[in-house]
Amino acid sequence: MSERYQIAIIGSGPGGMSAAGRAAELGVSHILLERTDHLSDTIYKYQKGKHVMATPDILPLRSSMTFEAGAREAVLGAWDNECEKHGVNIRYNADLTGMKGEKGNFELTVNGSETIEADAVVLAIGLQGNLNPLRVPGAEWEGVQYQLDDPEEYEDETIVVIGAGDAAIENAVALSEQNQVIIVNRRNEFARAKDGNRKLIEDAIESEKLRCAYEANPVSVAPGEITLESKGGQERVSCNRVIARLGASPPRRFVESCGVEFPSEEMAALPELSPQYESNVSGLYIIGALGGYPLIKQAMNQGYEVVEFIQGNNIKPADEPLLEDKFGPLIDRFTVDEAIDWLRENIPLIRGLTALQLREVLLESDLHIKAAGDPIFEINEFGTTVFMIAEGLAHVQIDPTDPSVVVPLDTGKFFGEIAMVAARPRTATVVAAEPSVLLEIPRRTMIKLMNSVASVETQIRDAATARQLRVHLSQSISDELMGTILETAEEREFKWGQPLLQEGEESDGVFVIRKGSVTIYESAGGHEAFRAFAATGEFVGEGGVIENTKRGQTIRAATQVESIWIAGDRFKRIVDEVPDFKRRVHETMLTRVRHNQAASANEAWERSAEFLVDQGMGEATDILLIDETLCIGCDNCEKACAETHGGIARLKRETGPTFGNIHLPIACRHCEDPYCMSDCPADAIHRAQSGEVFIDEKCIGCGNCKINCPYDSIEMSGAPASKPGLLSWLLFGAGSGPGQNQAPAKPDNGGAAAPKLAVKCDSCKEIKGGHACVRACPTGAAFRVSPSEYFARIGS
Amino acid sequence: MAVTQSSETEQGAPERLGVLQEPVISSGNYKYLKLALTLILISIAAYIYDEPLGQPNGGTWIGYTLGTVGALLIVWLGWFGIRKRRYGTGGMMLQEWLSAHVYLGFSLIVIATLHAGFQVGLNVHTLAYVLMLIVILSGVWGIYLYIALPTRMSESRGGITLDQLVVLIADLDKSALGKSVKLGDDINDLVRDAVENTTIGGGMVRQLSGRDPSCPTARALERIGELVKSLSGGDAATGRQLVVDLARKNRLLTVARLDVKYRAWLNLWLLVHVPATVGLIAALIAHILSVFFYW
Repeated sequence: MSERYQIAIIGSGPGGMSAAGRAAELGVSHILLERTDHLSDTIYKYQKGKHVMATPDILPLRSSMTFEAGAREAVLGAWDNECEKHGVNIRYNADLTGMKGEKGNFELTVNGSETIEADAVVLAIGLQGNLNPLRVPGAEWEGVQYQLDDPEEYEDETIVVIGAGDAAIENAVALSEQNQVIIVNRRNEFARAKDGNRKLIEDAIESEKLRCAYEANPVSVAPGEITLESKGGQERVSCNRVIARLGASPPRRFVESCGVEFPSEEMAALPELSPQYESNVSGLYIIGALGGYPLIKQAMNQGYEVVEFIQGNNIKPADEPLLEDKFGPLIDRFTVDEAIDWLRENIPLIRGLTALQLREVLLESDLHIKAAGDPIFEINEFGTTVFMIAEGLAHVQIDPTDPSVVVPLDTGKFFGEIAMVAARPRTATVVAAEPSVLLEIPRRTMIKLMNSVASVETQIRDAATARQLRVHLSQSISDELMGTILETAEEREFKWGQPLLQEGEESDGVFVIRKGSVTIYESAGGHEAFRAFAATGEFVGEGGVIENTKRGQTIRAATQVESIWIAGDRFKRIVDEVPDFKRRVHETMLTRVRHNQAASANEAWERSAEFLVDQGMGEATDILLIDETLCIGCDNCEKACAETHGGIARLKRETGPTFGNIHLPIACRHCEDPYCMSDCPADAIHRAQSGEVFIDEKCIGCGNCKINCPYDSIEMSGAPASKPGLLSWLLFGAGSGPGQNQAPAKPDNGGAAAPKLAVKCDSCKEIKGGHACVRACPTGAAFRVSPSEYFARIGS
Repeated sequence: MAVTQSSETEQGAPERLGVLQEPVISSGNYKYLKLALTLILISIAAYIYDEPLGQPNGGTWIGYTLGTVGALLIVWLGWFGIRKRRYGTGGMMLQEWLSAHVYLGFSLIVIATLHAGFQVGLNVHTLAYVLMLIVILSGVWGIYLYIALPTRMSESRGGITLDQLVVLIADLDKSALGKSVKLGDDINDLVRDAVENTTIGGGMVRQLSGRDPSCPTARALERIGELVKSLSGGDAATGRQLVVDLARKNRLLTVARLDVKYRAWLNLWLLVHVPATVGLIAALIAHILSVFFYW
């Protein structure tokens, strides 16, 4: 006789556990099946002491279990207690091996033999799946492990790490701090890893911190020894332990075997679910990461909700009050669901989203209600959000000198996409011309949207191209002319150093730089000599087109460059038909000629400019330079930085490349397109309105930004020890004095050290007067400039 | 950062740009020079205009005025030491403060001399005056060093930091030891001595001179240069490479010692300037008190 329950919950992660907790609280008969002998295996396997995040902050927790950000141990401990308190019916070591049936008559097979019957099934098995074991003779040796709790636990050991994925790389590099590490890679490169990790491992191998056996496979293991086979034959390696990080099998095949359908063959595809999380198999519900919601809080909320849904209680989602709040005054007109439909009706761009997707977008966005005449944003402000007009009319002021010259945008139109696409300051001021309702969507959300809904991507890009051409060339370009230009216009991207055009080629078109910067060269004495620099918003290649000559110069990308290419005849039409643009083209050509002459007359400048571009000046927006003819090496800049930033200097004066008397200290350049921002899981790195890139308190210390920054401008640092008073330092030698570096604080009572967090230059955005380093330089040697300012200053 | 820039030091400095930034001396278009000159001219005019009873000295009204101005200036100038460490506050750049400090400090020579009415004696008043002159003259010396040394320092290092030099030297040591073990005890002992006993810096005189007359590396280079002549075959080739290593190390040592030398000189004047300032303030207090109590 098999057991029978109303709800069977598979997987005891945050989602499954929360569902079981709610079922227990409601007195619904249930069983929670867990494959391992503990709750929440994914979190259980986090490194010891890892800080577990509770994002998104704004989402309220709705669960019978508690959860707040904290150390892994605290989180797991609380859940264990609560499961016991609520009387959750858990069965450990219960591996679900088969399932059939539908609502009212599910039959589950556990560990291949036992049968459990249930009316409804909640699948909350996450995406981790099963870790792949090392399948070689001797792999049962206890020195073979599949996870790494605490890399600092091991010292002076020889450790063989097998695998070439992110987990293997992270483990190998962390262990190499105090052990001999050999990483075994089946291939000859680390192509599967994230960019940051690839750089990390390649650097570690390059600097001989660890050894890599490429194109090698383990063939057997014996206690204290592993045998590797590579092209050169077999090699026995003595080792203290083997860590195999061979990835996990995604659970898709199993899920499909239960009858669940996926919309595409792609491995990353998510099953289609109803708003109540029910799959195409009636009575089978999917929650958590497997359903596309990877965050702990989301999963726990879904666990609670799914039990309510199964009980026939159609509760509102946990985000309902948040959305009500967000809609503010609109709620007098609509319920939340109606407001969502209304937005979808009015804004064509978001029409393709499902209700769940749209709710998520709305949670991350802001809704603004503007009166006629209210400003929305100002030209040159930093901001990377996109605005969509749900109702009303906005005016884009296209002439900075005359606010009455406007382009009207009505309901359903959007703006702000240029700043979003190019991560540049706003190119125009926009004001509400009528009472309007605007939806402001942040860049991250927009990018997610563009990646998942193709129509959003093309519409945004096309509109951005036309609008950018108007902004960068001339607002007076007529619609008809713009139509002709767009016929042949192309988006062209270039990698650092790649030529946009080369001397001697036919002059077929002009490049408008949408993102990044370029350097212009002329051949002189058998080499390419630096002549000029051009940044976002400028156009290059116009000379040959206007004068009907071949290219007289070579132009190379000084960063990753995104440009819009316009055919030469179209460009000439703009010059002919738009008088203000004609003037601008001639002024630009004159300035370039002047810079050319200045540069060719000063070889030192020419070479220093090349040096600076090589050092990545082109991608900087605000770079710290030191004139070594003035620098006395007093380090007052570093001291000022430390003193104004909690004891940790964010610049290293002495380190960094030098050319002649120009020295580039190690300090953040506030890149136009910051590398550090590209992969921050906590969304802790931001660009301020005034352009500074900074890290906020959400940092979880993962170190991705440090790895991604090619300029070594980010440090991982513990909190510094507190500064003693001046007298106790002066008289009793306590701690560190004014301007001295502070040692990291030692943990009290010998507990785990506070996590190291990322610190970097924030351009002193909180400090009146700006850059403490520059202001503290007694001789004026240190200064901060943008590349355009710098090249204009020296070229003239 | 990879230490791969040795070629630069060895090829000599690349061409340099002119000064990119405005130096302290001309800061704000000589604003503080003009201010100081105005102060000096007013003081001289007042001194000439005034016809005191008896000899001009600190006791006349102009003497008291100049004395008060001078004392306030000294306090304000001394404040620089504190202002310099007040990071991230105040609207003014430290460079401007320094410029004002330099010129106004210089004007004190005139103001204090006029205040004293050119009188000197063996007393606390003259002591304060002499200490003031020491402070000012050491400051002038400091300004000279601040102008003269950074360029030389930057040129001699050629873009390599002292830390990197030390790493490069350690690499050469390793390489030299690897070769010398094959070349017999005489050579090996010399190399070992050069590796173990070569120092950069040391006592004050050593630092300020930027030289080490008894440098074990220089000695090893010289003697091994002789000894390798008697080697033959493969040893001769290894020996020649060893001499190249030692010669490179010797050149890097010269650069490192020069760097230490410049740093030492950039600090040396402060060892006069700051203590003398403390002495000056003490003497100044004694001078003012004694004037009020005993004059």
